[in-house]
Amino acid sequence: MPELERIEEPRVTEPGEKERYFIRFTLAQRYLHAVLFTTFLGLAATGLPLRFSESVWARELARVVGGFGAILFFHKFCALALTLAFLIHVKDLATRAFVHHEKGIFWGNTSMVANWKDVKDLFGHLRWFIGMGPRPTFERYAYWEKFDYWAVFWGMVVIGFSGYAMWFAPFFARFLPGWALNAVLVVHSEEGLLAILFIFSIHFVNTHLRPDSFPMDMVIFTGVESEEEFKTKRPQEYQRLARQGKLNARVGQAPASWQIHFARVVGFTAILIGLTLLVLTLSAYFT
Amino acid sequence: MHGYFGSEDSGKVDSTDRRQRSSLQVCDGEKPVHRNDRETAESSSMSGFQDRFFGTAKSLVRSVMFFAVGGVLLAMAAVSLRGQTDCLACHGDKTMQDSAGHSISVDGKTFSASVHGSFKCNDCHADIKEYPHPDKVAKVDCKKCHADEASGLAGSVHSSSAEHPCTSCHGDAHAIFPKADARSSVYPLNVPGTCGKCHGDGAMANKHGLRNVYPAYMDSIHGFALSKEGLLVAANCQSCHGSHHILSRKDPQSPTYKTNIPKTCGSCHAKIELDYENGAHGHAVAAGDLKAPVCTDCHTAHAILQPTEAAFRTQSTPICGSCHTDKMSTYRDTFHSQLGSLGGYVETARCWDCHGAHEILPASDPRSPIAAANLVKTCGRCHAGANLSFVQYQPHANARDRKLNPALYYVRLFMNVLLISVLTFFLIHTILWLFRARFEQIRKGSGDGEKNA
Repeated sequence: MPELERIEEPRVTEPGEKERYFIRFTLAQRYLHAVLFTTFLGLAATGLPLRFSESVWARELARVVGGFGAILFFHKFCALALTLAFLIHVKDLATRAFVHHEKGIFWGNTSMVANWKDVKDLFGHLRWFIGMGPRPTFERYAYWEKFDYWAVFWGMVVIGFSGYAMWFAPFFARFLPGWALNAVLVVHSEEGLLAILFIFSIHFVNTHLRPDSFPMDMVIFTGVESEEEFKTKRPQEYQRLARQGKLNARVGQAPASWQIHFARVVGFTAILIGLTLLVLTLSAYFT
Repeated sequence: MHGYFGSEDSGKVDSTDRRQRSSLQVCDGEKPVHRNDRETAESSSMSGFQDRFFGTAKSLVRSVMFFAVGGVLLAMAAVSLRGQTDCLACHGDKTMQDSAGHSISVDGKTFSASVHGSFKCNDCHADIKEYPHPDKVAKVDCKKCHADEASGLAGSVHSSSAEHPCTSCHGDAHAIFPKADARSSVYPLNVPGTCGKCHGDGAMANKHGLRNVYPAYMDSIHGFALSKEGLLVAANCQSCHGSHHILSRKDPQSPTYKTNIPKTCGSCHAKIELDYENGAHGHAVAAGDLKAPVCTDCHTAHAILQPTEAAFRTQSTPICGSCHTDKMSTYRDTFHSQLGSLGGYVETARCWDCHGAHEILPASDPRSPIAAANLVKTCGRCHAGANLSFVQYQPHANARDRKLNPALYYVRLFMNVLLISVLTFFLIHTILWLFRARFEQIRKGSGDGEKNA
């Protein structure tokens, strides 16, 4: 866990504590997710009315927030915030890779990069779905989590580039062919739509709403998960850490009750907004 | 009543004139009656007669008798004449009503100031020759004097004189003023209200299959100019429809017939008419293509808005699109349209921002704003820094047309395949997972997921 080895958070385990909690995400990662989902909700809420500008709800929404001018302002504001977060993340990755020479970033059990085990896990998982095999045991990041990560990564590059190309069209026209100016809108809206549909349906269900995590996986908000959850969801990582004797280093504090309440309010709000936007999108798409 | 309707004031000022005018009118019994001053003159000439024939007593007595009787008769006639002449003696009473309860009072003061103020009552009420007159009097026939107007009206949509007597527009018959007079019901600023008495009435409009255009006009740029600024040259109803000879817009003679509209509007908007006639729409209409738009097709006829206003900018594009459907659908795919559809943002390019509004010319015409050589300038009006590469952007690109826009077609195809395959795969993946995970929970008997919450 290279990124976790640098954690400075206190790791106090009360003697006699009933259940141990293990750290999964650093504070910086949780903040990154918070910035990501708030700006993403903002971008979706202000982008969808544009994509479906003919629909009644889009016009009403635009009217309520002060017309298109306001919508575009919010959209650009969120875009800038998300761009900043993305650049910080990339800079962080680059520092760890090229300054700290953390090889684990690119390869290995804790890397986000897909490997052969992910392919085997995918097929094994599918077989388990239909009752034709055992449940695969996952490492730190399962294949669908890696997909989520890279989908967002690719999405930010693609949507970000096409968005800025529209924002500063005369500038981008200096080195892009004419048809690219037409293409960027198609790319921006299709990729945006894909991101919205994916996050608000697949990601919500896979990560939060599926029976194992229902109604919400709190780990991205609190940073910690219970030992049992850790063992069930990522047995390979748990066993590897136990083997390596690094398990204790990962023990964290049980989340405070305010943390859980706060996370629930924020998380459910986000999910509610997301689901509302999903319904609006689908209604606009199929009418 | 066969005098004049002058008020007491004007009567004093103008008495000689009044008397002269009334001299020929009235009868007493069967005898013509003369007015007072002539009578006086006649009396003196009678005295001369007497002097000349004084010599013969018999004839003197007869003459005296004759003239005495005649004089008394004349004197009596003069008195009764006075009462009959002044119709206002009765009709000046503001409470005077006929048997049906309608007011038959006349405001002499207003009448004498009106355009007909110098006329005698029976110039118009010609059937009344004596007092007392019959209860029922004939309808005044305006066409006796106003023959041209009457014949115009006869061939118009208002030809039914029962429904549209002259007074329905010109108002109270005894208070008609010249149309340049602000008191006139056909004074430019009063015309919409006058026409609106009927055309602002929804029930009346329905009955005749018309739209209730009065409110639309009043809220239009013409209506505002008229009602708010008092602009006398602002178009009122009759500027476009005419006044007496108003024809249906389906009548080729009508100024509101489709092909006549540019000329009608052009009577004020001369430069725009010229531009329009030079443009593609003007050419098409001139060539007999009645599908091509004239002024009212884009601007509407009554609810005409200021074209730079947000409301018009948002409503104009679908109007062009109602004919140019292919261009409209490709326009809808663009950022211009998506932004423009959302309220409050009206700056994005509408059809006429690029194509021009009146002198619309094809791209092949070097004068056209969308001619290749003019694009940098045209796009540059909004996009500061537009360059030759920038204007390669196609505002009507069709991503569904492989032949026309191959690059765009494949980009869209790729994005769609990506979107559909990702979503399809994960949808199946997620649904299967949901069922399996729930099944597993039930099997293990721990179905509430509480631990993770």
